[in-house]
Amino acid sequence: MAKLTGIEIYKHLPKTNCGDCNFPTCMAFAMQVAAKKVGLEQCPHVSAEAKAALSEAQAPPMRTVTLGTGDRALKLGGETVLFRHEEKFHHPTVIAICVQDDLSEDKLAQRIEKINQLQFVRVGQLIGVNAIAVEHTAGETSRFAQTVKLVAERSPLALVLSSTDSQALKAALEICAERRPLLCAATKENFKEFAALAKEAQCPLAVRAATLEELAELTQQVKALGVEDLVLQPEISGLADGLAKLTQLRRLALEKNFRAVGYPVMVSVTSSDPFLETAYAAMFVCKYASLIVLNGAERWQVLPILTVRQNIFTDPQVPNAVEAKLYKVGEPGPHSPVLVTTNFALTYFTVESEVENSRVPSYIAVVDTGGLGVLNAYADDKLTAEAIVKAVKTYGVMEQVAHKKLIIPGLVAVLKGEIEELGGWEVLVGPEEAAGIPAYLRNEWKG
Amino acid sequence: MPVAIPDVKKSWANAINTVTLGATKDEGGTRTKKVTVGGATSLPFHHFEGAMPYPPAIAMEVWDVAPQDWPEVLAEHFKDVWHDPGLWAKKCVEQYGADLICLRLAGCDPVRQNRGPQEAAQAVKRVLESVGVPLIVWGTGNNDKDNEIFPAVAEAASGENCLLGTITEDNYKTLIALCTAYKHKVIAESPCDVNIAKQVNILATDMGFKPEDIVMYPTSAALGYGLEYVYSVMERARLAALRGDKMLSQPMICDIGIEVWGVKEAKASEQELPEWGPQRERGPLWEATTAYVYLLTGADILVLRHPRAVASVREAIKQLMGDGLK
Repeated sequence: MAKLTGIEIYKHLPKTNCGDCNFPTCMAFAMQVAAKKVGLEQCPHVSAEAKAALSEAQAPPMRTVTLGTGDRALKLGGETVLFRHEEKFHHPTVIAICVQDDLSEDKLAQRIEKINQLQFVRVGQLIGVNAIAVEHTAGETSRFAQTVKLVAERSPLALVLSSTDSQALKAALEICAERRPLLCAATKENFKEFAALAKEAQCPLAVRAATLEELAELTQQVKALGVEDLVLQPEISGLADGLAKLTQLRRLALEKNFRAVGYPVMVSVTSSDPFLETAYAAMFVCKYASLIVLNGAERWQVLPILTVRQNIFTDPQVPNAVEAKLYKVGEPGPHSPVLVTTNFALTYFTVESEVENSRVPSYIAVVDTGGLGVLNAYADDKLTAEAIVKAVKTYGVMEQVAHKKLIIPGLVAVLKGEIEELGGWEVLVGPEEAAGIPAYLRNEWKG
Repeated sequence: MPVAIPDVKKSWANAINTVTLGATKDEGGTRTKKVTVGGATSLPFHHFEGAMPYPPAIAMEVWDVAPQDWPEVLAEHFKDVWHDPGLWAKKCVEQYGADLICLRLAGCDPVRQNRGPQEAAQAVKRVLESVGVPLIVWGTGNNDKDNEIFPAVAEAASGENCLLGTITEDNYKTLIALCTAYKHKVIAESPCDVNIAKQVNILATDMGFKPEDIVMYPTSAALGYGLEYVYSVMERARLAALRGDKMLSQPMICDIGIEVWGVKEAKASEQELPEWGPQRERGPLWEATTAYVYLLTGADILVLRHPRAVASVREAIKQLMGDGLK
C-alpha cells in the first residue's frame, strides 16, 4: 500500500471538527487514518469524491491484473520491490508461446499440443508454460477467429489475443471472452475501439507505445474510457533498451508512485536464434516482465527459462525445504548405502545430484531441520544424534538393508559416537562436501 | 498532451574498481593483449544513468590435464587439444575468441593426479607461450596443495599480471604474499555471503594488498541449483559498492562452466532424460542461461566451457552494451 500522510488525508475531510468520528478534530482523525488505526468510513460526512480520491491514493503502486479465470487464473504485477532480497517477487512471470494464424490446421493442432506438453517437474514442483499468444498475421479476420477457436478448444492455457484489427479481436472475443484473454494491444491509433472491446468483454488490455511518455499518456486515455486492467507493452529494441525501459517503469511505479505506469509489463522476445531468445526471456524474468511471449517451443529451450523463473521467484525469506522422508536414488537394494542429510532444498538436491553422479543406487534419509543446511542445522540443534536416529528409525530403512551402516555428513563427524550408541548401527563419516560423494561411494563404500 | 515523466535516474556515490589483467613487453610481461573490467558507475548495463566503460569479459577454461568426466557434447570440442594446455588455450583464443584463459590446475588436486609445483608451473608457461591474452590461474581449492603449488606458479608467471585464485577467509596469506611479490591480481572467494566477501577483502588489504588488485568470487551456482542465492548476494554486494562500500567495490568473477557441467540438466544424455530434449542444445544453453542471469547482477568475468555458450554470451553482452536486436 502506498502510504498517505495525515495532511494528505486531512485535505479530503470536511474540516468541521464535528467529533462524530469520536476524535476531537478532523486533523486528529486524519492522523489515526494515516496510521491505519481506524478506517476512513468512521467519518460519516466524508464525500464520495474524497473516498474515491483517497482509495485511489492508497491503492498498491502496481496494479495486479488477472488473466484467465477460475483455477487457471494468473495474476500479473502487484510487485512491491526492485530487488528480490528486499522482500520477494510476488507473481511469477507468465510465459506465453506464440501461435500464428497462418498455419495449416494440422500444423496448428500439432503446435498447440506441443505447447500444452511444455510442463515439467523440477525439484518437486510443477513448472510450465502458462499461456498461448495467438497472433494475427496479414490474413483475413475470419482466419484469426478460427485459429483462436481451435486454440481455445484444444488448450486449457490462458490466452493472449494479438491483432491490430479490432474486428478480428471482436470475432475472437465472441469465441473466448469468458476465458478472460489479454487483448493485445491498444495503440495511439486504435485505443478507442480496443478500449471499448475490453470494456464490453471485461478483459485485460495491453497498451503499446514506443516511449515511456507515450505509454503513460495512452494508459490515461484508456483508463478514461473505463478500462483499468492494463498491461504495459513498451516497444524495445535490443536488450539494453529493454532493460532500461523495464527498469525505469518499475522505478516509476514503485519509487515515484507514478500511477500512469503502475501496471504489469509484458514483452515479446521472438528471435530466430533460440539461444538469444532465451537470453532475452531469462533476463526479462529477472528484470521486471510480468508476461513474456516467446516463439520457441522446444523443451530444451523452455526448461531453462522456466527454471530461471522458479529460482528468481523463490521467496528469499522462507527456508527452501523438501519433505523430510526417505528418498531412493535409482533402485537401492539390501547392499545399498544409506546417507543422511538435511531437508534444506539446496542441500538435498545437491546431495541427490551427486549420488546420481556416483551411479550407486542409494537411500537418502532426510532429517527435518526446518530447512537449514548441515552446519546451520547443527549449530541450531536441529541436526542432532537424536533427530537423526529418530528419523532413520521412523523410515524403517535399516530394516531394508543388510549392512546396518549409516553414512553421515563429514561436517557433523562429531555425532558419530552418539548415533552409534543410540541407534546401534555402525556410523561412517562421509565427505564434507557433496562433490566428494561420487568418489566416496565408488571407492570407499563397501555394503 | 504529452505526459511529463518523473526522473528516476540515480547517481551513485561510488564506482566499481577497474582491474586490468595482463602486461605487455613494455610493462615487463609478454602479453599482446590486456583486458580491463569494472569501472561501472551504476548497476549493470544501466546506460541510461551511468557509465559502464568496460564490457564483461569471457574467460574459457583450460585444464593442466585432460579431463576424464566431461560429457561428449563438451569434450568433442577440445579432445583434439586437451593433452596440451598450450594447444587447448590457443584453440580457445583463436577459434572461439576467448578474452582470457582460465587455467584450472585440476591435475594438481590430490583427488586427481596430485601433480606437483613444477608440473603446475610448466602448464602455466605452456599457456603463456601459446597465447597472447591474459591468464587466470585457478588452484585446486585444497588449501595445503594450493599453498604448495602457487609459489612456483606465481614465479613462472612473474610480471605477466595474472589473476590467481583463490584466497579464502581461512587461507590467504601465502597467495597474497606471492601476488604482492610477483605483481599479480588475486581472486577473493567467499561462500555466498556478503559479509564474508567483505571480510576476505579486509584480510587481504590488512596485509598491505591493494583493494584495486582484488576480484571477488562470491561462489557461483548453476541455474536450478541455488542460483537465486548467489544472484541476491551479488546484487546486494553491487548495491553496497555503489552506495560507497570500498570493501565491496571489486569486480566479480563467476566460475560457471564447472558448476553447470556438474548438474544433470547439462550432463545427462537424452537417453537418460528424454523429456528434457537433446543434450547437444540443452547443455550449452544451460551454461549460457546461467551466465545471462549473472550478467545482470554484476558479473565482470565469466568462466565458461562450451564454445556455443561462449558465442551466445558474447552476443548477449554486445546487445547489453547497447547494440540493437532484430
